[in-house]
Amino acid sequence: MAKYNLKINGKARQVDVDPNTPMLWVLRDSLNLVGTKFGCGMAQCGACTIHIDGNAVRSCVLPVSAIGKQEVTTIEGLSEKGDHPVQKAWLEHDVAQCGYCQTGQIMTATALLKSNPNPSDADIDAAMSGNICRCGTYLRIKDAIKTAAKTSNAK
Amino acid sequence: MKNIKSQNRRDFLKSSALAGGGLMISFSWFSSAKAAETMQELNLPEPVWSELAAYIKITPDNVVKILVPNPEFGQNVMTSLPMMVAEELDVDWKNVVVEMSTHDNVKYGAQFTGGSNSVRMYWKPLRNAGAAARQMLIEAAAQTWGVAASEITTKAGVLLHSSGKKTNYGEMASKAATLPVPKEVKLKAPKDFSIVSHSKKNIEGVKVVTGKPLFGMDYKVDGMLISMVQHPPAFGMKLKSFDATAVKKMPGIKDVFSFKLYDEGFEQAGFDTRTFNEMIAIVGNSTWEVMNARKKLIVQWEAVGDVKETMMGRSGKREVTVPGRLETTSAQFEMMAEYAKRPAQQLRKDGDPETAFKNAAQIIERTYNAPFLAHNCMEPMNFFAHVQEDKALVAGPLQAPGWVEPTLSKLLNLPADKIEIQMTRMGGGFGRRAYGSYVYEAARISQKMKAPVKLIYTREDDMTYGIYRPMYTATYRAALDANKNLIGFHVKGGGIPENPVHANRFPAGAVDNYLAEGWEIPSNITIGAFRAPRSNFNAAAEQSFLDEVAAAMGKDPIEMRLELLKRAKENPVGNNNDYDANRYIGVLELLKEKSGWGKPENAGKKRGVAAYFCHASYAGHVVDMVIKDGQPYVEAVTSAIDCGVVVNPDAARNMVQGAVVDGIGNSFYGALTHKDGVAEQTNFHNYRMIRHNEAPKKIDVHFVQSELDPTGLGEPPFPPVFGAVANALFQTTGKRYYNQPFKVELEKPKS
Repeated sequence: MAKYNLKINGKARQVDVDPNTPMLWVLRDSLNLVGTKFGCGMAQCGACTIHIDGNAVRSCVLPVSAIGKQEVTTIEGLSEKGDHPVQKAWLEHDVAQCGYCQTGQIMTATALLKSNPNPSDADIDAAMSGNICRCGTYLRIKDAIKTAAKTSNAK
Repeated sequence: MKNIKSQNRRDFLKSSALAGGGLMISFSWFSSAKAAETMQELNLPEPVWSELAAYIKITPDNVVKILVPNPEFGQNVMTSLPMMVAEELDVDWKNVVVEMSTHDNVKYGAQFTGGSNSVRMYWKPLRNAGAAARQMLIEAAAQTWGVAASEITTKAGVLLHSSGKKTNYGEMASKAATLPVPKEVKLKAPKDFSIVSHSKKNIEGVKVVTGKPLFGMDYKVDGMLISMVQHPPAFGMKLKSFDATAVKKMPGIKDVFSFKLYDEGFEQAGFDTRTFNEMIAIVGNSTWEVMNARKKLIVQWEAVGDVKETMMGRSGKREVTVPGRLETTSAQFEMMAEYAKRPAQQLRKDGDPETAFKNAAQIIERTYNAPFLAHNCMEPMNFFAHVQEDKALVAGPLQAPGWVEPTLSKLLNLPADKIEIQMTRMGGGFGRRAYGSYVYEAARISQKMKAPVKLIYTREDDMTYGIYRPMYTATYRAALDANKNLIGFHVKGGGIPENPVHANRFPAGAVDNYLAEGWEIPSNITIGAFRAPRSNFNAAAEQSFLDEVAAAMGKDPIEMRLELLKRAKENPVGNNNDYDANRYIGVLELLKEKSGWGKPENAGKKRGVAAYFCHASYAGHVVDMVIKDGQPYVEAVTSAIDCGVVVNPDAARNMVQGAVVDGIGNSFYGALTHKDGVAEQTNFHNYRMIRHNEAPKKIDVHFVQSELDPTGLGEPPFPPVFGAVANALFQTTGKRYYNQPFKVELEKPKS
């Protein structure tokens, strides 16, 4: 066990865990931030996507010891009131069916739009193909990303 | 069985005052005769004959709370069922609060999510409840104002009198609660709907996109332990011995022990399917500690051999022998080919098929095969349990709380009313969560630990546990006369461990000489319902076959189907055909129109078509395929559905689009194969799932405009996708694809 001082969603948090513990379980078990989901445990499905210094990463294979001073953002920290343009676009297109994968989808999409504010269909395909949606909401995800791109750029 | 027709469901409406003022109206009802038939068709276990119920609560400050009886797994019942209540109650949708009810077999019945059943089962009772509550509110206002009830109207939660008097529902709710429940209520005609048939956003949408704790995985109480189970590595294996010394020394580990799920001679009901009876539980403080410690487990396994099990089915108790052999997929396909040659059970026979085939000028014969499929719900199986001496609480994702309860009661030796079942939102279900073995595992572990425990499956546990879509095969034969008329049709289907044939579905009823046969091979690989059971294979096989038959007849595939359906409508063969030919025709006509089928502007497109009937609904797709990066790719899909009244149109479109994507994914990639009993796919790196870049660019969904009571929607659009994809593959590649998944066939070197 070891103590780690982490910066998560803008707040300082301390956890005392095994250094190999993936961030996914630090978030879910130690910090009760359960919006980040467990899907595969081997970076194949994207349900556990979080941002490390703004980049989308799979938290299920990212040990807590690798975080250091980098800033961690989870779905809970994406916006204060759930009104990030990507979240709003998700609601506008009523994307979710079961909803389990959607927080990971939103985190991946948000990182994409940050690096590429006007993604083409091919850009979206490339960025989003690591996130599985078993319910098959991919079309709406794509539409929501395009809407979010428009509304973000309009601001 | 109770004489359900003699029950008048209005007799069961009850009202009561809410503590702190307000009205609560509850109702319970015995299934209608039609629902009873549906249940028989689904072969569901006995408790469905009990009551079903839901609640409406209205507070003095005009907030309406509607309780949802059926668990949510993405089919959007938490939105669509309350819409039905709100429509008749005549309230402002903005003021409606929705809450998932807990399970109560006595008050609510089985609360089963599955069989595309939720909306159709609740369509009348929920609207009746809304209408009854509205009438009581009107009566309360009439008495308060001293006017005739007939002079009062309602609008969006407000009571209005012709004199100009008005008040909201909340003001009258407490008084209404003291009034008798009306014996007769009048329901709105579909043309007057203002909430139903008008798209409403997912009621839990905000919670989903902000990551609120909705799912079983997110369930947590103070002092809760985490557990995982180690099951045998292969179907046909069992625990011999294990050494947990190293595991127990790992940080955070509380206990490691083996446990048996069912006692010797346990009588298994239909949904008590479990693959392994004895497992090792690893229990600790946190998920990672348990996951990590588990790797140190040293276990010896041994072959289980043939096992006798006692099953309790509709027809009573029967002993079955589960064969102990360690299965290998290639050998299973060989065995199926061998069984397919043997005599089989006759399921339906019309006319004289033997003579028809003997006299045929041309016989077309094709065989179709499909592997096991894993459900792969995004949320792996998990459940919370807190079992105490005199009571138990279990909570998590499950489709059939009403069937889990009696089994839990037997296993824990607790009366049903001492067992509380809470249903969390499910991260997908697809049939998998109708089987409660993981609930019982959690309960067994909690019982042993005398503590609240959450059991979590890893993806590998989930994928290799079993309860798969069965393996299927079917051989179809068509007899054509010299004029290329279809004079005989024969289907002989089988599978491991069930046969897929729906003997009374199209084209039964449309061909004079018809024969359907089925056979089965038992196996220790467990199977269960998978989105549109059996239909998901039949639609692939039959709809591909009809495409070839149409070609042999020199006919357009849609026109050929329409001609057969016209025959079935005007002069049906046999009197027990399952489907309504007219609705089938309606869907094909709509599909033809919306896809521009046969239009010159679409002449260059590589298109496949299929249409199928299941769960009382009709669905068809036209699939447009192109070659992208050297591979066949479904670029666009046009879908037509007849599911009666569409309760929540945009959500319904979402579900159809999802079913199309699911169907494309499973037809191209879906397969769970075995070598010596070991599942060869263990996680998403080797079980291929359809991904974002592989989904079509466009899926246009069209519903037949209908005022008929709603029929199923979650499943019906799924099966015909497989057939439409197969037929489009032929148009694109010039080759027919008979074996799923198609990707394996596509990658075979050309001979």
